[in-house]
Amino acid sequence: MTTAILVSILMTLVAASTPILLAALGELVAEKAGVLNLGVEGMMLCGAVAGFAVAFSSGSTTLGLAAALLAGVAAAMIFAVLALSLNANQVATGLALTIFGIGASSLIGAGFVGRTVPRLGPVFPAALSEHPWLRVIFGHDILVYLSLALVIGVGWFLRRTRAGLILRAVGENDASAHAIGYPVIAIRYAAVAFGGALAGLGGAYFSLALTPMWADRLTAGRGWIALALVVFSAWKPGRLLIGAYLFGAVMTLELQAKAAGVNWLAPEVLAMTPYLATIAVLTMMSIGRRTGRLDAPACLGKPFSAT
Amino acid sequence: MLEWRRRREPSTAMLWVSPLIAIALTMLLGMIVFTAMGYDGFHAVESIFLTPFLEPQRWADIGVKAAPLVMIALGLAIGFRANVWNIGAEGQYIMGAVAGTGVALLTYEMTGWWILPAMALAGVLGGMAWAAIPAFLRVKLQVSEILTSLMLTYVAVQCLYYLVRGPWKDPDGFNFPQTRMFTADQTLPTVLEGSLVHLGIPVALLLAVVAWFTMEKTTAGFAVKVVGLAPAAARHGGFSAGRTTWATLLLSGALAGLAGLFEAAGPFGQLTPQFPVGYGFTAIIVAFLGRLHPLGIVFGGIVLAATYVGGEIAQSTVRLPQAATGLFQALLLFMLLATDVLVRWKIGWKRRAA
Repeated sequence: MTTAILVSILMTLVAASTPILLAALGELVAEKAGVLNLGVEGMMLCGAVAGFAVAFSSGSTTLGLAAALLAGVAAAMIFAVLALSLNANQVATGLALTIFGIGASSLIGAGFVGRTVPRLGPVFPAALSEHPWLRVIFGHDILVYLSLALVIGVGWFLRRTRAGLILRAVGENDASAHAIGYPVIAIRYAAVAFGGALAGLGGAYFSLALTPMWADRLTAGRGWIALALVVFSAWKPGRLLIGAYLFGAVMTLELQAKAAGVNWLAPEVLAMTPYLATIAVLTMMSIGRRTGRLDAPACLGKPFSAT
Repeated sequence: MLEWRRRREPSTAMLWVSPLIAIALTMLLGMIVFTAMGYDGFHAVESIFLTPFLEPQRWADIGVKAAPLVMIALGLAIGFRANVWNIGAEGQYIMGAVAGTGVALLTYEMTGWWILPAMALAGVLGGMAWAAIPAFLRVKLQVSEILTSLMLTYVAVQCLYYLVRGPWKDPDGFNFPQTRMFTADQTLPTVLEGSLVHLGIPVALLLAVVAWFTMEKTTAGFAVKVVGLAPAAARHGGFSAGRTTWATLLLSGALAGLAGLFEAAGPFGQLTPQFPVGYGFTAIIVAFLGRLHPLGIVFGGIVLAATYVGGEIAQSTVRLPQAATGLFQALLLFMLLATDVLVRWKIGWKRRAA
């Protein structure tokens, strides 16, 4: 009996962590290239609604995921054109992208409110994915395994490959990277597109895996939490994984407390815990660091023009 | 061939013309997007951008919606100039309304002219208190005010829900999650008899003039600009970045809180879960449309208020969903940021290489 409860808690924990992990990994790569894209929440919402709309009309969650990925990239490209090609302020452009994502998703989603799609299912056969306790390892959907593989992949790419080194150089010192002959803007476009793709998938996780039913603004600020996690991780993928699962734990506690009918705490107090936890974590990071912002890529958020 | 050329100096003319170009481009793009989505794009744009200005009976409504937008944007713009990114004005707006409503509920059985000013003071303090948290964290611990101020908006929304569903629920309200209606002494007086035009509108205009004077004619305003444009020079000049961060965040919190209280004591007349309508976020667009200039913000506030009013018109004329208003506002901000390039660059015919 207790095993069953523990297993179900762990399953919820993984499900709650995955979308933030995906979105935060994408943003980490963009920030490593020196781009601060505050539009994560907007890109997630674009992915969520595109994934839902395509899955709803085609009946295929795979096509839905592909659409979510493309929608995330498309939204990221709006940001890239404004912030990278036209040198618009990155903070303002990111905010604009979030406002756009909220508007676009609730406009397109207006016809879908309350509709359902087939849920994104587990990868492994039922013998493993529905096993009483082995399902903790084998009972997840493709995005869970993808997000974990990407933690390793992104870490390896940034630290061990030449391309990763160039990407970091662009984020640390854009002028030098340009002088050596690397296409700074093109590399930043690619990094932002990668961020958009993962944010789109993270958004689709809400509409296709967590609750396969459309609800307005269903990401509820998770994109902003993903942004905070990148700071928490000190731009290291391994720490990002820990951070995302810590947040997943906070959200799981919230859900468990609600389900257990904890009534000495108002539901509103439970609902604000992820946001308070984010502030607390950011604060503790700063107290622990004391050295200023040495971990952040040196060119983060600064515009670059070759001429 | 056309080519982009960098201007020797930013163009002052373009500084003021480019927002108008952005509005024109938004109308054009909106027409295309909404036609592609299967709506009557031409009439959608007409309803949102033109009808509110052409029908005089809509003007009062524009003013009512512009007042909070202008008040919040004035504070935000001063912060943006100092590179202080308070994007949680929505939370400060809610907490201002909450604090003011607290006073209203305490003074429920009293009468007197002093009640409304006391509520306004509480609104200002509520907004300031909420903005003080990111200010403290940024100045003392270098925590990004962008993330903390935004997170606090979600917390403020939950505080509001808790209060109107719990301790502040109207005992005679048939269990609806809302507070008592405010009494006559707790309600913002109207300026024009029999219209919606409340005291908040002239106050917003007055505040715009005060903000303009402060930014252009006082040392404090100068300090804000220097800290934003040249932090190193500011340090040499003896202007403290920390003090500027505190001042701009508290000021924008105060203005957002006052705007929230005016909205609660004006159009709403009580607090309900529907109270947060996103003015705190739309005010960011207003600030940019107004070029972070107090008088430009009045213009920006009127344009954005008109899109709210026009969005409601378009719901009935061309059956455009309410969410379309938000999309239009986002397109406008995209276009503003894009046309900004014209201030520093110009398009010209390519000259032969000399």
